[in-house]
Parts: sequence; C-alpha cells; structure tokens
Amino acid sequence: MKFVREIGVSGKIGAASVLLFPTVFRSRDSRADFAHQLYKTGISTLPVVTVVSLFIGMILALQVGLELRRFNQEIYLGAAVMISLIREMAPFSCGLCLASCVGSSIAAEIGTMKVNDEIDALKIMGISPVKFLAVPRILALSVMAPLVAFYCCVIGTIGGGIVGSTQLGVDFGQYISSAMSIAEEKDLFVGLVKALVFGNVIGIVAVSEGLGTKLGATGVGKSTQRSVIVSFLLILMLGYMITRLCYQ
Amino acid sequence: MSIINFRNVTKEFDGVKVLDDLSFGIEKGEILAIVGPSGTGKSVTLKHIVGLLEPDSGTIDIEGKPHIGYLFQSGALLAWLTVYENIALPLKETTRLKEREIDALVKEALEKVELSDAADKYPSEISGGMQKRAGLARAIVRQADVVLYDEPTSGLDPVTSLHIHQLIRKLNREQGITSVVVTHDIQGALNLADRIMLLKSGRAVEIAKVADFAASGNPEVREFLIAMQGEMQ
Ligand SMILES: Nc1ncnc2c1ncn2[C@@H]1O[C@H](COP(=O)(O)OP(=O)(O)OP(=O)(O)O)[C@@H](O)[C@H]1O
Ligand SMILES: [Mg+2]
Repeated sequence: MKFVREIGVSGKIGAASVLLFPTVFRSRDSRADFAHQLYKTGISTLPVVTVVSLFIGMILALQVGLELRRFNQEIYLGAAVMISLIREMAPFSCGLCLASCVGSSIAAEIGTMKVNDEIDALKIMGISPVKFLAVPRILALSVMAPLVAFYCCVIGTIGGGIVGSTQLGVDFGQYISSAMSIAEEKDLFVGLVKALVFGNVIGIVAVSEGLGTKLGATGVGKSTQRSVIVSFLLILMLGYMITRLCYQ
Repeated sequence: MSIINFRNVTKEFDGVKVLDDLSFGIEKGEILAIVGPSGTGKSVTLKHIVGLLEPDSGTIDIEGKPHIGYLFQSGALLAWLTVYENIALPLKETTRLKEREIDALVKEALEKVELSDAADKYPSEISGGMQKRAGLARAIVRQADVVLYDEPTSGLDPVTSLHIHQLIRKLNREQGITSVVVTHDIQGALNLADRIMLLKSGRAVEIAKVADFAASGNPEVREFLIAMQGEMQ
C-alpha cells in the first residue's frame, strides 16, 4: 500500500519534470539555478567519473586482452573494449557515479529542507517544491547523464589503450582504429539513451526520497541511503530491459 | 468578528487523536496566544490554518482571502540564498512585480525587522534571533493580513525575545496584522496577547482575554499556570 503510494508520488514528480521543463528558463534566477545544477551534476563529478571510467577501461582491457592473447587476437582488443563500454559499461558506470555523487546529495539536500520546514515554507508562499526544486535537478541530471556517459566511454577507451600498449604489446594507434571500426551509431545512440533514462530515474528517485523524508534525527540519512539503493537497482533493471529491447 | 473559525476539528495521526473536536475563533486584528504542554497539537493547529494539514472531520472557515504569513520555529530560510534573496523569493516567484518594486518591498520589510545590515549574509552566518526576524520579514513581505508565529522566541535570550515580542506587537498595532502566537513563554504571552488559549490534548481548555485567563478558576488553567511558574523559578 505504502509502496503503491510511493510509486504514485514518483510518477507525479516524473511527469512534472517532463511537463514543466520549460519553467527552468522562465526567469533569470531560474536559469541561473539550472546552470548551477548542470555544473553540480556534470562538472563537479568529473574527477570521480574520470577515475572510475579510466579504471573500468583498464580492467576490461586487461581481462579481455589476456584471453585474446591466448589466441593471438590482440588486434581486436580495441573493438572488444569499445563494444562493452559504449553499450553497457559507460552508461552503467556513469549511472552509478551520478547516483552516488549527485543523487545522494540531492536526497540529502531536499531531505534536510523537509526536516527544517523549508519545504512547508515554500508551499505556504505559494511556491511549488516540485517546480522550484525537483524540475531543475531532474532536468540537469537528464541532460548531463548522456554527456557524462560519452565522456566515460572516451576515458575508458583511453584507459584500455594504455593497458593494451603497456602490458599487452598492442600498438595504441591500432587499438584506437580497431575501437573506432566497431563503434556503430546505433550503439552510441542506445548507450546515450540508456544514460538519459538513468539520469532521469536517479533524479526522480532522489527528489522523491528527499521529499518523503521522515522527521527525526535519522530521517535524512535514511532517505539518502534509500535513494542510492533504489537508483542502483533501477539502473541495473532498466539497463537490462533497454538492452533486451534494442538488441534482439 | 472571527476571521478564522475552527468548528469541531478532529485530526488523528496513526490512530492517535492530536486535535480532538477543537472549536475556536480568531478575531480580526487581535493577538491570540496559544499555550499548552509540548505535543498537544499547537503546531498542528497552525498547519491546519494554512492548509498544510487537512482535518479528518470538522471545518476551518476563513473569512475572505487573507494573505497568511507563517513564521516557522526554525525560520525555515533557504540555506543557499542570502537574507535579501530569501525575502525576495515569494515576490519573485508568485508576483509579476518589477525588480525595482521588489527591491523596495524587500528593503521595507528588512527595515521593519531591523535587519538591513544583514541583507547580504547567508542564514548560516547570522544568529538564531536574526534568522527568526528574517523569517518574519519573509512572512510579511507580501503584505500579510494574518501572521502565524510558531514559537517565535524559543531558544532565544530574554532580551531578544522581548525584542521579537515588540516587533509582533508593532506589526499588529501599526498594520492591523492578525497574529496567532504559539509560545511556551507564558509570561511573555500575558504581556503580549489580547487573548490566550490553553490547548491540552487537542482540546481548547480555555480561551479568554488575558486578564480573565490569569484569573481563571478553571482548575486546568490554574494547574498549567502553577506548573509554568514553577518552571520559571
Ligand atoms: N505530520 C505528522 N505526522 C505524524 N504525526 C505528527 C505530524 N505532525 C505532528 N504529529 C504528532 O502530533 C502531535 C502534536 O504535534 P505538535 O507539533 O502539534 O505539538 P506541539 O503542541 O506543537 O508541541 P511543541 O510544543 O513540542 O512544539 C505530536 O505527538 C506529533 O508527534
Ligand atoms: Mg510545535
């Protein structure tokens, strides 16, 4: 029962984030706020995203490369790394980074506002918390996630190339041309759509958990934790479903 | 003439009755103090007036369409906006006023609460009493007809408390703002208010003019007054 109600609330917030997205451009203040959210989502997470995707590319290259070497097929290392990155690992690791860095901070921020009566104060002033707080944050995540995923893919490919050329004796130029030859537009498109869906979901979950924060000392901690767990689960499940739909 | 009227309002949370058949009226232009032990539904009562909570049964009639301001116990300022921006927020978001008009209104509100010097500070950089005054400025900036104060002086020193009470009275006398003040400070309430209501277990035990309240023969009022006096000594 409670679960159904929570889904309903999240659905409403999700619908609002789509229907109300023009409102983030309505005034100078809201545009500035949106720009700030874009910055927080995209730029401030870059260090973490860089390290994560670099290592994911390196791990992929090492695992796959050792297998390929047994069959003297190292020339395909670039292709193997690129395929897993562009289709799955880049959107996936982008989703995990955004959920743990950005989603958690949104849930904590809005949860703290709830506990401090700031959400109620907004309502009394006639300001919709969904329009004022949720929409710019969810939109920023949806816009930034594909860009971050693309960045993950680039950095991951470079990471794989470094391992390839230093550990496996694969020429870097050959690695890159192998990687580029396999990358299809469809893969890129599906990967970016996946990231967009993840970003949207992370935002909706974070805002819903934040707004649903229970009063009391542990409330904010609980909703932050829940926002990360729920986002992780949804990223995995939705990732599988989108793959299933697009690659039959 | 009552501007806000509670009729047989009942509210339950998880099976516990917090407001129990509560009926009372708030007169236009008065200062009504609501006192009572902790957890008796004082904040819940205020939240019903502004529609943050809905009664399970009973009605709350509000005369006309007054602008209602609400001062939260915490001040409830947005942390990432300055004092000035916090006060300007309701005007920017809900009116079509020009920047210049907004500026004038905000400066006027800041002056009323004597906070002009702190306009560019962030909430975390000012004291608790200043946060409450900033919250008050935000509550009145849209020309409020009614202001609800939830424990405006709790956690403040006696001098600052007195200052806030003077401010509430000034706004009431000069602008005719109907004021509802929830407080634990019974002495302050006796000095400040026109009428006092004692709320206990979600019921209005007594609602009377200050002098009558202090002299009330109602045993629950006496008990409450004695308990509060004990606490003060
Ligand atoms: N949104 C809510 N959900 C569940 N219970 C609530 C909610 N709001 C208030 N309560 C409960 O209602 C009761 C009355 O709360 P209220 O905040 O009105 O007390 P109060 O008289 O203002 O007390 P205090 O002087 O301590 O502020 C409390 O037991 C509180 O736990
Ligand atoms: Mg209270």
